[in-house]
Amino acid sequence: MKKLTSLLLVGLLAVSMVFAGCGGKKSGAIKVGVVNNPPSESGYREANVKDMEKVFSAENGYELKTAYSLKNDEQLQAAQGFITEGVDYLLISAAETTGWDEVLKKAKEAGIKVYLFDRMIDVDESLYEAAVVSDMAKEGETAVNWLLSQNLDTYNVIHIQGAMGSDAQIGRTGALDAQFASGKMNKVVQQTATWDEAEAKKIVESVINSGEDFNVIYAENDGMAKGAVAALDENGITHGVDGKVIVMGFDCNKWALRELLAGKWNYDGQCSPFQAQIISDLIQGKSTNSSKKIINEEKGFDAKTLTQGDIDTYGLGE
Amino acid sequence: MQENVLLQMSHIEKRFPGVLALNNVDFTLRKGEIHALMGENGAGKSTLIKVLTGVYQMDGGEITVEGEPIVIKSPQDAQNKGISTVYQEITLCPNLTVAENMFIGREKGEWVRHKEYEKRADEILTQLGIPARSTQQLGNCSLAVQQMVAIARAVDMKCKVLILDEPTSSLDDKEVNMLFSLMRDLKGQGVGIIFVTHFLEQVYEVSDRITVLRNGELVGEYLTEELPQVELVSKMIGKELEELSSLGETEEKNIVPSEVFYEAEGLSSSEALPFDFSIRKGEVNGFTGLLGSGRSESVRAIFGADKVNGGTVKIKGQPVKINKPVDAMKHGIGYLAEDRKRDGIIAELSVRENIILALQVMNGMFKPISRSEQEAFADEYIKVLNIKTAGRETPVGSLSGGNQQKVILARWLLTHPDYLILDEPTRGIDVGTKLEIQKLVLKLAEEGVSVTFISSEVEEMLRTCSRLIVMRDRHIVGELKGKDLNQTQVMKTIAGGEA
Amino acid sequence: MKKTGKRFFGGGLGQLTIPLIAIALLVIFNLFRDPSFFSIDLSHNSDGNIVLAGNLISIINGASELAILAMGMTLVTAACGGQDISVGAAAAIAGSVFVKVLKTAGHINGGTVLLAFVCACIVAMLFGTFNGVLVAVFKIQPMIATLILYTCGRSIAYWINGGATPTVSSPIISAIGSFIPGIPIPTPVLIVVLMAILFKLLFHFTSLELFTQSVGINGSAARLNGINATFIKLLSFIILGVCVCVAGSIGVSRLGLINHETLLLDIEMDTILAVAIGGNSLGGGRFKISGSIIGAYVIQMLTITLYAMKVSSTDVKAYKAIVIVLLVVIGSPVVKEKFSKLVGPNMYRHKKAVVKGGEE
Repeated sequence: MKKLTSLLLVGLLAVSMVFAGCGGKKSGAIKVGVVNNPPSESGYREANVKDMEKVFSAENGYELKTAYSLKNDEQLQAAQGFITEGVDYLLISAAETTGWDEVLKKAKEAGIKVYLFDRMIDVDESLYEAAVVSDMAKEGETAVNWLLSQNLDTYNVIHIQGAMGSDAQIGRTGALDAQFASGKMNKVVQQTATWDEAEAKKIVESVINSGEDFNVIYAENDGMAKGAVAALDENGITHGVDGKVIVMGFDCNKWALRELLAGKWNYDGQCSPFQAQIISDLIQGKSTNSSKKIINEEKGFDAKTLTQGDIDTYGLGE
Repeated sequence: MQENVLLQMSHIEKRFPGVLALNNVDFTLRKGEIHALMGENGAGKSTLIKVLTGVYQMDGGEITVEGEPIVIKSPQDAQNKGISTVYQEITLCPNLTVAENMFIGREKGEWVRHKEYEKRADEILTQLGIPARSTQQLGNCSLAVQQMVAIARAVDMKCKVLILDEPTSSLDDKEVNMLFSLMRDLKGQGVGIIFVTHFLEQVYEVSDRITVLRNGELVGEYLTEELPQVELVSKMIGKELEELSSLGETEEKNIVPSEVFYEAEGLSSSEALPFDFSIRKGEVNGFTGLLGSGRSESVRAIFGADKVNGGTVKIKGQPVKINKPVDAMKHGIGYLAEDRKRDGIIAELSVRENIILALQVMNGMFKPISRSEQEAFADEYIKVLNIKTAGRETPVGSLSGGNQQKVILARWLLTHPDYLILDEPTRGIDVGTKLEIQKLVLKLAEEGVSVTFISSEVEEMLRTCSRLIVMRDRHIVGELKGKDLNQTQVMKTIAGGEA
Repeated sequence: MKKTGKRFFGGGLGQLTIPLIAIALLVIFNLFRDPSFFSIDLSHNSDGNIVLAGNLISIINGASELAILAMGMTLVTAACGGQDISVGAAAAIAGSVFVKVLKTAGHINGGTVLLAFVCACIVAMLFGTFNGVLVAVFKIQPMIATLILYTCGRSIAYWINGGATPTVSSPIISAIGSFIPGIPIPTPVLIVVLMAILFKLLFHFTSLELFTQSVGINGSAARLNGINATFIKLLSFIILGVCVCVAGSIGVSRLGLINHETLLLDIEMDTILAVAIGGNSLGGGRFKISGSIIGAYVIQMLTITLYAMKVSSTDVKAYKAIVIVLLVVIGSPVVKEKFSKLVGPNMYRHKKAVVKGGEE
């Protein structure tokens, strides 16, 4: 009975959507529903949400509706709600990769176009227009290439990994592992700190206390780099542009980029939360990229060339 | 030696840090005899018992049982070798049932067979006439019943040597008689009983032989019938008995009418029914009655030790509120609790800390007594009360019972109370210390301190108190003074017959 | 007998024997393994501070939070005969409040840092009071009572900053967490010294030590001597709250950020261990704060020694467990008794005896 009712509802909605679509065209605003994680999740998310708001603004001809949750079922409900309301486009950064089939099918039936951003979902490709995501492996390659360009005599690397098995860890580890394998760089220690600043500090402390020599710290995010640097500071080991140890981080938090600008870190790899413009271009036909998986271009910042402008543009968080 | 010797301890030596507790002590126990082990506090009685039961390992000497030399490694080992003990302080587990307490540590299989044990326990309890059920939690039984359960446990272990360390100190007369008949039964069965007690009358009532220790050394072994009571006491305390008899003669207590210090009307607590009571400055009075008559509960109500429910209290004519101990202390009342181990000593703290505790509480947390003052106080009272301790920093728990009691006395004396309540201050301690405490009470009274004195030995109270309040079934049933202050009258009032 | 000598060796050293032996063993072991373990260098770090560095410094610096928590935990243990297992979670709350206030204030200067610390302190003391009320008033076993905050504390910390891990970078924060310019000794070490002095003063100017021990050893007797046992227990938790706040603030300042999930993670067990290694009975009663502090350094020295032996920071926990089991067993009453039987008679012969009958 319930199913019947909901089917009926969906049918009704499909009809009303057509009208709504007409109305929308009249007013000229494109209705976009965004299902995302809450901005409080991280500096990355905060920047991501702000970027969405900026790009899909009324001035740019959009009507933006948002729903934030860390829970998949709440996200599903929100998506259902947007379909009911009759949006033109549905943008999703899912909490979990599964459970989305039904909702996306309904969206398709209703003629709503779906874009995934930041995170992939386990569904058939036909159910969405495109996914705009980061390529973590490329982030790793960019960073390692930068490191190689420093032309050090020896590379003794402390490699602090993120949570094992996560996309970011696998991607950012790969390029460095290749260097260890080829013998161009020496692995002093390779250990996971599960994104934890304190654990990263402990790892560096353990190396310092063991008396082993090292001149590079490759931390797979900014927080862990910060923990590592705290250990260096406590033990009177210099780091950064004029220091003994090269410090590398990822994510481009504003505070991390400021460390770069002050010359205390050497490199920060971007993990871009700025997918909104790409999607907007696709919607408005300004972009002709027809592939299902669109890689978000990401930069790597060198302390020597970084400017305050870069921090303002690319920095995450406050 | 005679052939019926059961246990022979020869040349026993035991040292503690700074103390030679046993020095070349001999002790002989024969089959089917009740052998009293006598001595003052610190004479070495408990130490000897603990060596015999494997609690302590001796530093020298030899133990033979039925002619065979044995080494006792632990209390468990002693039990296995037929030596069972009931200690002075109850060492059972209050949170277990009676049956569990009787069988703990002796289970046959790996599984505790509750039903079987409970049945067996009930049989023994009935046989011995102990008013307890096997399934009762021991902690809910009176002290007397707990003690008897401890004895029942030992009896059930088919022991050759049964050691009773102050078994009667918390029993009333009826229970004592019950115990004695049991002891005689066991004696008839050939069990050797070592009987440690401070009650001289009981020694003469039940024992066949007496061994006296003093200061860790053997004084001698005597047949009970050949040793007059007075001589026994002099052997125990090592001096002639003028003091003892002279104290007994202070019966003519001139009561100078003085102002009433403390006055309560309808005072009641969670434990005590409403009662009226008053005491004058410099007066010594006492509460008497059988165990459970409410005497302790009444004095606890005066001190605010239990939750006070109602009544009016006046001190020197002024109405005051005493709801908790600290209120009483601030009004000059001190209280030495009945259960020394539970409510009195802070065992791991030093003699010094125990002595200054109450004074410190009265001074308040933010006015600590300086270390040097503390030491001076401690030294003073160790000397005045003749406390036997290796030093003022010795943990009070390692002192003998009598000396612990003196430490608590010192604690209250240091607060210079106007009114001191002493609940069983002489329980489980030796004759010498008992006398000292009695003298101290009289001296305090002379100095104008009011004292309430409770003792299960009526004679002791008759010697010290000028007025006795008699309780029965939680009510005050009489007040005796002047010529009525004699044993017969007290007994009659307690028993409830017409005077 | 001379008073001071007796107080130091008769009373004090007894309890401290085990932790001091543990330290001595670790020192000897490291001397044989690699004497350079003890080398200390003076260098400059990237902040431009003169810095003492070396394994010894790592030990005393790294143990700071642990030592501070152990001081408070000793008091709770003594008064309540149980332990507070929520110190790590409570520190996360205190740290979050510390950061939250700084973030709300907008800019970081001496005044706002002080304000943040005071706010964090008040919050930590409130949570201490919560634990204390459960234990002292409702007579819930300390471990069970504090299990509540242990479980939910980090979630509460999560709410305070809305789930983010905000950073606070300022010369003042790094002065607290690492070095004050011109002073080569790590600031956390100085804070430990300060806290130890505060405790010493607390015990000197109040009779808290005596009352706490009395309550812990024999609550019933303490009550009949007019001590308010409930208040003493509550107070011990509130004082621990202060320690929690100080430790949490140091933890935050070291990294310049608050991660509510991992700040002082698993420190409660190390803290309890420090108390135990210090020779304090976990059942309450007599205590020595100094023992617990030494206990904290024993644990940290063990960690650094393992680091020096190239054990990775993940594996250290397992190795540490082995050594700590040994330590605790050596310090157990059973072993102590056997040990004192072995050496006992000779030791006692030196003493000028003898009050006869001190023991019956």
